[in-house]
Amino acid sequence: MKPETIDLDLLNGLARNERTAIEQLYEQHYRMVQTFIINNNGTADDARDIFQEAMILLYEKARGGNFELTSKLKTYVYSVCRRLWLKRLQQLQRFGAPVESLEEVTPVEEELEEQERRNEAFSVMDKALNHLGEPCKSLLEAYYVHKKPMQEIAESFGYTNADNAKNQKYKCLMRLKKLFFASYKNGN
Amino acid sequence: MDEILIMDAAERYLNGQMSAEEKAMFEQLRQTNPEVDQLVVEHSHFLQELQHYGGVRDVKHTLHEVHNQLLQDGVIKEEELAGTAKVVNLWKRYKRTITIAASIAGITALSISGMTLLFTPPNNNKKIQELVGVVNDIRIKQKQQDKTINEVVKKITKLPDGREVTAVGSAFLIDGKGYLVTNAHVLRKSKKGAIVTNNKGEEFRVVIVKMDDARDIAILKIEDEDYKSVNFIPYGIRKSSTDIAEPIFTLGYPDNKFVYGEGYLSSLTGFNGDTLSCQIAIAANPGNSGGPVFNRNGEVIGILSTREVQAEGVVFAIQSKYIVQMVNDLKKSDTALQKLKLPLNSAVKGMDKTQQVKKFEDYIYMVKVY
Repeated sequence: MKPETIDLDLLNGLARNERTAIEQLYEQHYRMVQTFIINNNGTADDARDIFQEAMILLYEKARGGNFELTSKLKTYVYSVCRRLWLKRLQQLQRFGAPVESLEEVTPVEEELEEQERRNEAFSVMDKALNHLGEPCKSLLEAYYVHKKPMQEIAESFGYTNADNAKNQKYKCLMRLKKLFFASYKNGN
Repeated sequence: MDEILIMDAAERYLNGQMSAEEKAMFEQLRQTNPEVDQLVVEHSHFLQELQHYGGVRDVKHTLHEVHNQLLQDGVIKEEELAGTAKVVNLWKRYKRTITIAASIAGITALSISGMTLLFTPPNNNKKIQELVGVVNDIRIKQKQQDKTINEVVKKITKLPDGREVTAVGSAFLIDGKGYLVTNAHVLRKSKKGAIVTNNKGEEFRVVIVKMDDARDIAILKIEDEDYKSVNFIPYGIRKSSTDIAEPIFTLGYPDNKFVYGEGYLSSLTGFNGDTLSCQIAIAANPGNSGGPVFNRNGEVIGILSTREVQAEGVVFAIQSKYIVQMVNDLKKSDTALQKLKLPLNSAVKGMDKTQQVKKFEDYIYMVKVY
């Protein structure tokens, strides 16, 4: 298999949240990112954060389906992490030495901006869900995220039947929508 | 309830769970009812958002799990900066901050010292300048005053023009024709000559007859038309030495004025056992040099000459017998001095001090050397 194909396979695995693919990505790229960050005023924890953020970005890209790798995956990962770390450094106002860039880099600014928007939506949703409270949160997650059948949900949540659970689910969803859009508007 | 129904329908529609008939009906409804349509769009958007959220959360979860797993398995390591200690790492991290802070501190220090330099020295200089100015003013004034005084003095002084007094001493008559005795060291500073002044302030020109540096005795002669010879000198010059503890007194011109001083003979020898002189305990000051030292009988027992610098009231006088000796020597060598006759007997024996001094004061002169 050509290296490009391996990269693409990994990305598809990532998009499906496959553990083996994520492990491979980790094994192939994490060390490089960690070395880079530690050499540039960072810690191992920083490296973990940055690497995972980059992985999320890759996940989004892969899920979008229209992702084309214009460079080697390694270069891409490095570029994203480098960019993210620079930004973090600026926010932390650590006047570090200029970030060393020995590796090849590819422009990733646009992707990062897009990712930022998605991150914002993610955090708004996270907040809204937490605000919603139980059992609504679990109910909605079970149905919409984990795609569990209504019958099973009704049983595990102690509803008399699936219709009852369904009704409850819709009520929860309406509340969540309100919360989500309210904070989304406020956020903007 | 309506909304829930529509949501349910929308969900089933989006999930493709509707039958063809139902789907057609629902699409019809969307077209005719914009509210329903909007709700469907909104719902689909929101569900996507929710699913996306779930997906990302799951991936994050997996990432954490994988990370921890790999860390545990040792596939990845939380490395430290290779070969560098923590302090070095900290230093590396905050190097820029420290550098900036240090430079700011440096610049501040420099600028402060610069400001200090810029502003303070002129003040200091000015103060110094003013001080100097004042001193100069004083000097200039002093000079002007000196000049004025000199001009005034010149009218009456017998100092040659342009001469300044360099040393002052005392002297006393030993012969009515105008012979005076003083210390040789008084005249040592003389460049041209000397004049003498009596206690009335009258000045007379003198010539140096003899200077004996070994004995530190000098003999002057008044050569001035204003001088009137005296026939009688009330004191005598004692030929022999005196006794220790004998009360003595001096007359002289320290500080430009006629001063009486009282003491006693404390030793028959002078400084370091000098047999030429004797030691007396008396207050003496520059200007006393050359003055006579009298005993209570009004006999000259010495010429006040020196004092010890490190001890108060330790004064030395040349013993009077050396005056006699010197005059006798002079008489032998110089025929012009044959007529010089030393007064050997005191005429004031038994008189009290004030009377004695009154008698003596006309015969004590101030020597001004120029």
